[in-house]
Amino acid sequence: MSQYFHSIRIDTEKCNSRMKCLRVCPTQAIRIRNGKAIIIEEKCIDCGECITACPNNAIVPLTDPFIGLTKFRHTVALPSPGLHAQFGKEILPKKILPGLRNLGFDDACDLSPTCGEVSFAIQEYLRDYNGPRPLISIACPTVVRLIQVKYPSLIEQLIPIELPREVAARELKKKKSRQLGIKESEIGIFYLTPCPAKMISIKQPAEKGRSYLDGAISISDIYGPLLSALEEVEKENYRKDLEDICILGMGWAMVGGICRTLRIKNSLAASGIPDIIKIFDDIERGKLRNIDFVEAYSCPQGCVGGSLTVENLYISYNKVLKLIETLEFEQIKACPDIREVRKRFKENYFLIKGKFEPRPLKPLDKDLAKAIKKRKEKDDIYESLPKIDCGICGAPTCLTFAEDIVKGEAVLTDCIFNLPHKFADLSQELSELLSKFASLQPIRPNISKTLNNKDKK
Amino acid sequence: MKKSDEHVLSQQFEIKGGDFSNAGKTSTSIKEILQEIGIDTSIIIRAAIAAYEAEMNVVMYAQRATFTLNITPEKLCFKVEDEGQGIDNLDMAMQEGFSTATDEMREMGFGAGMGLPNIKRNADRFKIFSTPGKGTSLDLTFFLNQDE
Ligand SMILES: Nc1ncnc2c1ncn2[C@@H]1O[C@H](COP(=O)(O)OP(=O)(O)OP(=O)(O)O)[C@@H](O)[C@H]1O
Ligand code: SF4
Ligand SMILES: [Mg+2]
Repeated sequence: MSQYFHSIRIDTEKCNSRMKCLRVCPTQAIRIRNGKAIIIEEKCIDCGECITACPNNAIVPLTDPFIGLTKFRHTVALPSPGLHAQFGKEILPKKILPGLRNLGFDDACDLSPTCGEVSFAIQEYLRDYNGPRPLISIACPTVVRLIQVKYPSLIEQLIPIELPREVAARELKKKKSRQLGIKESEIGIFYLTPCPAKMISIKQPAEKGRSYLDGAISISDIYGPLLSALEEVEKENYRKDLEDICILGMGWAMVGGICRTLRIKNSLAASGIPDIIKIFDDIERGKLRNIDFVEAYSCPQGCVGGSLTVENLYISYNKVLKLIETLEFEQIKACPDIREVRKRFKENYFLIKGKFEPRPLKPLDKDLAKAIKKRKEKDDIYESLPKIDCGICGAPTCLTFAEDIVKGEAVLTDCIFNLPHKFADLSQELSELLSKFASLQPIRPNISKTLNNKDKK
Repeated sequence: MKKSDEHVLSQQFEIKGGDFSNAGKTSTSIKEILQEIGIDTSIIIRAAIAAYEAEMNVVMYAQRATFTLNITPEKLCFKVEDEGQGIDNLDMAMQEGFSTATDEMREMGFGAGMGLPNIKRNADRFKIFSTPGKGTSLDLTFFLNQDE
């Protein structure tokens, strides 16, 4: 088994090397080899950009199928706030949860109250914190992976507060096993996910702890069946249904939502890997020391833009925003009891168990002297390349191609601009061969002579 | 001689004074080189901080500079030689909290007077020379075999 679990697989049957994935991958983790895309595992941060980019649907997210939950005696669906963002204020969680039960889950729970508790816990953590600033949210697993791979110095700025889905799953298991008199292992809790990245944080948590969730089901897989399983609920209960929603929790679905619902003044929210990279560069240089909290999401506009969602991301972003505004307008603060959160916070109820560790990429060579030499070779090779990033060699840029060559994973003649040289070399070889062949003819009798001599001996 | 040469990586970067929009690019490039050749993460963190502070001092207080990076299997050296106003009182400049940054610079988050002290703290060897009216040069060394 490989060292890193990934939530993305390439279907080689479907892949016909259109190179879209090669170009969108923000960490240059994709190559085309023998006409098929491959993923370099250590470089992949599971952002899902390639899934969205592939015109052939050849890149498949490895979420759990939504059938076959029978392994467990009791199953619970735990939808990400991203699911509610698909519906907005028209269809509230009060209606969605029974719909999920109709689909065959024994139970379905709203995650927003736990999200709210965790928001408060983050606030508590921020208040007592004295280390380097800003602190960075761990809500997006892709962002955490990016930091582990490229920004090891920012690891200590990741907030070590457990994710809402983990806290909720942990507590649900305890509660249900008590109520139903069954073992915790007999209860299966499934997260309804907006992205494949959440899958890796379940199968291989970044902090090396263990996950309390048993699987993740794609929102896009469940959306259709769910629509037809929704039942009518009475309209006059609308205000009461709203009151069940935690406004703090809804914030987790979109970029800036946590800051907005918590009202953190010195905060920054960003989405999309290129923008996040700019911000992390600045943080690393100490430029943003006056900011307290950074909310960063790999997907544009946050989890509403996850690659496994259905609705257009701007529409669902707007839907969450409108829902939050409605809750604000109606002055509904169905929020967790802050005193209770404070008490639990002190008891480390929210603290993450493991520790985030850097995950640096493999160097050019294990031996430092050789690595230095290879790095110089890489520069020389790069200088000789056309620098147009055409991708025909199978690498996304001329620079990555140069790196692949010194690592021994590609050869210079994979670059079409080096093909003429290759042909020149080949034709040279060919003509030499031909002239040799021509000069061989007259010696033929001699060969037979020597052979005869041998025979005689 | 030839043999050891191929295990020395030298690279030069030009930094322009006052060029805030490109500020930080040199230290980012240096960090990436160090990551690529597999220098220990804790050393990269120290070296990157020092490189950034040195680069910013050029951007803020000098006209131009050449930042030379030298890596051998044993050590990492930064030489930052600038042309600019130089530093009148080095002892003062080395003190934590001393800064001549303008209000605009402070608004951008600089001018805490922590740059030079931070560079000194993070480098294994630190040398600074300055000729007022001419320029400043920094000589930093980081040892790569920490256990030796
Ligand atoms: N390369 C340089 N050329 C001229 N003067 C310099 C140079 N580097 C530092 N100085 C002077 O030394 C002072 C202290 O520098 P230091 O880097 O410690 O703090 P700062 O740059 O003022 O603030 P900070 O680095 O915390 O943003 C500066 O304010 C400046 O007057
Ligand atoms: S932003 Fe949200 S949906 Fe996108 S990768 Fe991160 S966690 Fe997943
Ligand atoms: Mg400074």
